[in-house]
Amino acid sequence: MRKLALNDEILLSVQQPARYIGGEVNMAIKDPAKVDIRFCMCFPDVYEIGMSHLGIQILYDMFNRRDDVWCERVYSPWTDMDSLMREKKIPLFALESQDPVKKFDFLGITLQYEMSYTNVLQILDLSGIPFHSNERTEEDPIVIGGGPCAYNPEPLAPFFDIFYIGEGETVYDRLFDVYKENRKSGGNRREFLEKAAEIPGLYVPAFYDVTYKDDGTIAGFVPNNSHAPARVTKELVLHMDDAWYIEKPLVPFIKVTQDRVVLEIQRGCIRGCRFCQAGNIYRPLREHSLEYLKKFAYTMLKNTGHEEISLSSLSSSDYTHLEELVTFLMEEFQGKGVNVSLPSLRIDAFSLDVMGKVQDVKKSSLTFAPEAGSQRLRDVINKGLTEEVILSGAREAFLGGWSRVKLYFMLGLPTETEEDMRGIAYLSEKIAETFYDIPPDQRQRRVQIVASSSFFVPKPFTPFQWARQCTKEEFAERAYLVRDTFRQMKNFKSLKYNWHEADLSVLEGILARGDRRVAPVIEEAYRNGAMFDSWGENFNNDLWMNAFAACHVDPDFYTVRQRSLDEILPWDFIDAGVSKEFLIREWKAALSEKVTPNCRVQCSGCGARAFGGGVCYED
Amino acid sequence: MKIRIKFRKQGAMKFIGHLDTMRYFQKIMRRADVDIRYSEGFSPHQIMSFAAPLGVGLLSNGEYVDIEVLSADDSRTMIRRMNDVMAEGMEVVSFRRLDDSAKSAMSLVAAADYTLAFRPGKEPEDMEGFFRELDKFCGQEHIFIEKKTKKGFREMDLKPLIYELRRVPVPESLAAAVNCRPEPTEDSCGGCAVFMRVSAGSTDNIKPELVMESFYQAMGWEYPAFAFQVEREEVYADVGAEGSRKLVPLEELGEEIE
Repeated sequence: MRKLALNDEILLSVQQPARYIGGEVNMAIKDPAKVDIRFCMCFPDVYEIGMSHLGIQILYDMFNRRDDVWCERVYSPWTDMDSLMREKKIPLFALESQDPVKKFDFLGITLQYEMSYTNVLQILDLSGIPFHSNERTEEDPIVIGGGPCAYNPEPLAPFFDIFYIGEGETVYDRLFDVYKENRKSGGNRREFLEKAAEIPGLYVPAFYDVTYKDDGTIAGFVPNNSHAPARVTKELVLHMDDAWYIEKPLVPFIKVTQDRVVLEIQRGCIRGCRFCQAGNIYRPLREHSLEYLKKFAYTMLKNTGHEEISLSSLSSSDYTHLEELVTFLMEEFQGKGVNVSLPSLRIDAFSLDVMGKVQDVKKSSLTFAPEAGSQRLRDVINKGLTEEVILSGAREAFLGGWSRVKLYFMLGLPTETEEDMRGIAYLSEKIAETFYDIPPDQRQRRVQIVASSSFFVPKPFTPFQWARQCTKEEFAERAYLVRDTFRQMKNFKSLKYNWHEADLSVLEGILARGDRRVAPVIEEAYRNGAMFDSWGENFNNDLWMNAFAACHVDPDFYTVRQRSLDEILPWDFIDAGVSKEFLIREWKAALSEKVTPNCRVQCSGCGARAFGGGVCYED
Repeated sequence: MKIRIKFRKQGAMKFIGHLDTMRYFQKIMRRADVDIRYSEGFSPHQIMSFAAPLGVGLLSNGEYVDIEVLSADDSRTMIRRMNDVMAEGMEVVSFRRLDDSAKSAMSLVAAADYTLAFRPGKEPEDMEGFFRELDKFCGQEHIFIEKKTKKGFREMDLKPLIYELRRVPVPESLAAAVNCRPEPTEDSCGGCAVFMRVSAGSTDNIKPELVMESFYQAMGWEYPAFAFQVEREEVYADVGAEGSRKLVPLEELGEEIE
C-alpha cells in the first residue's frame, strides 16, 4: 500500500482530502530506483481544475511511456491545506510517489491563464525551491513552463529556467535525452541549460538581456550566451494522427470540472477572429482523421468507464467530418449509458437535429457568441457571425422547442462606440421579438435570453496586440450603458444582462502584455498574500495595486497605452507562425472595418504555411 | 438478475466519500464490461444501490452494493474482471446471485461489526485499566445518552443497541493503517483494539464512535479527536423470527454463480 505524505489528522480536517492522495485509476507507478528522470507536472490551480486539463493528460501519458522517465503530478493545495502545510512545515509533494517535489529532476508548470501566476510562486514556495532561476542549485529541479501564456513568458522570466514555446508533443524527448547525457558527462545545471537552449522551441530567459529606452519601451532584447538563438520558433505537431494521444486517461475519484472523455478533434482555427490568441498561436488548423477519432473514442471510454464523451476544439463546426463523427458517437454510445455532450456548434439544421437527440430541449439552452453588438464592430473583430444568421438560427431553434438563449459579448473592443454597446441590447431584443413573432402554438410560452459581457483584454500575437485597453472606470461605464439600454427594451422582462468584474480584466491585461519589470510585482503581490486570483472570493485587487506602488511599476504603461507599430514588444523574439506583417495588416484592416476571409476560403498569408502542414495544404 | 457485491475499502480509499464511491463503482461497471441493467427514460442510469454509507476516514472489509445485470459470468470470473480495473485499496471479494424477490441490501441492514484501533500516540496510559472500565461501562443495565436530533436532544438507551463489545487483537489491515504490529510488545498496543457489534440501518444506526464518546464522557475523560481508526468488518441482515435476532452477513443471502 502506498504511504501518504500527510497524516489522517490533516487529511480529515481539510475539504476534499482526495485532492492529495493520488491513487486514481490509470495512475503511473514506477520504481524510482529504475528511472533516470523524475518529472513533476504541475497545473497551478486546485485539483479539480488541473485534473480537467487535456494537455497535461497527454504529456503525462507520453512521458510515462518512456521506461527511463517517471512523470507525476502536483496541483495547488487549496487555501485550507496551504495554511496547514505552512504551519506544519510540510513540503509540497507529488501525488503518485508522495515524495517532495524538490527531489525531482524537473518541475513542469503549465501556464493556462495569467491569473494563475501567483500560484506558480505558491508551488515553488511550498516545494522549497528558490523563486529565482539564478538562486537555484544543483539540488533544485529544473523549472520549465509551457502552455499558451508561455507565448509572452516575460512577466515570469526570472522564475523559470526554461520555457517551452508551443505544443509539448515534439521536443521533450530530446530534452530528456540531453538531460541524461549532460548528467552522465558530469555537466552542471548551467551546461544543461545551454544545451537546452539549442533545442528548437526552448527559451532560457537567463540567456537574454533586455534594455529599455527612457520612455520605458524596450530598446534591445539580445542573447548574452552563444548557445541561445536570437529568435525562438514555436513547436507544433504537423500530422495530428501521428502525435501522441492518451489511451488511458486518469480517472479522478472526486467530481472534477471536466469529468468525461475529451476527444480533441483538431488543433488550430481557420476563423481569424482578431481578438483571439488561441486562433492565432495554434495556426495552422490541423485535423484528426475520422478513423483515428473513432478508435480513440472506444479506447478511452473503455479504459476510463466515463459516462460521457465530448469533443474539444476551437471551432468544432469547422471540422470536416463533424456530421459523420457526431452521428457515429450517437449511434455507438447514446442509449448505452454514455452521453454524448456537444460543444457549442454553429446553430443550423444539423446541429439542432443532433442537439434535439442528445439533450432535453426544454432544459438546454442555445449559445451564440456574437462577441460584439453591431455588425460594424463584428467586422472590426472579424467575427463572421451576422445578425441574419443568429436570428434565423434562433427561429429554427424556437420552432424546435428551445426557449433559452445565451449570448456572449465583449466590451471595450477597439473602436467601440456607444452604438456598438447599445447593439448588445438591441440584438438581444431582436432575438426575443423573433420568438414572439412565432405563433404561440408553434413555440414555448416564454423566452429567456441571457446576455453576458466580459471585458476585452488585448493579447500577444493577435492583431490587437498594440491596442489600448480600457481603464476599469471605462469598463464599468460601458457595462452601465448596456444595462440601461436593456432596461429600455420592449421585451425587457425576457432579457437578462450580466457583466464581469473589471478589476480582474485590468490585471489580466497587465500580466498578458507585461515585460520582465512586472515580475517583482507578481512576487510582491504573492508575498502580501495574493493567491488563487482567478477565484473571485480570493481575489484582492488592493494587494496588487499596493504591489505595483511598492515596486514603482505603473500599471497604465501596460494597459491604456496605445503601442506604436515599430515598438519592440516583449514577445517579439518568439516566432509563433503568424508574422508581424500579417498582424499589422490585420490591425489596419480592423481599423478600416474590413473582413478577412477564413483559411478555407482564401489564404491570407499569415505565415503559418511555412510550417508545411495543416489547412494550408488542403487540396 | 439481481447481484450482491461485497467489497473492501482500504488504504487511501478511506478518504473517498460515499457519493464518490458510488460514482467510482458506476465507472467500474463500464471498465469491467459488466452487463448491468440501465433504467428506462431520457437519461438512463445503472440499477445500483449501496447497503450503508461509510463515513470518510473509515476502512472496511465488508461493504455491499446491489446491482441488476442482464447476464454474468461465474462469480470468480466476475470478481477477477472487476479487480483487474480497480484502484489500489478497493477490492471486490464476493459476487453473488440473489433471488429475484430478494429485498435490497439497504432495506435489510440490521447490524454491523466494527473494530477500533488507537491511532499512534492516542493510546491510554493504562491500557488494562481502560478495558476494565470499558467492560464495566458496557455491563450496566442501561446506558443513557443524549443523542442529537434535528429538533435538539433526545435521551436514548444505548445498551440494547450494543450487541457485543470486547477487546481483540488489532486485525491485520487495521494494524497497517495505524502503523502498529498486530502482536503486542512492551511498547506497542498490538492486542488493544475494541470490537463491537451494534445496531445499524435506517431506524437505530449506531456509529461506533458514539459508543466510545459516551464511554469517555461517562468516565469524565476528554475524548481526543482522531483517537481511533475505525474499520467496518461486516454488515448484517436480521433473518430471525419476530422478536428473536438472527444476524447473517448480507453476502450469505446470495449464492455463488458457478
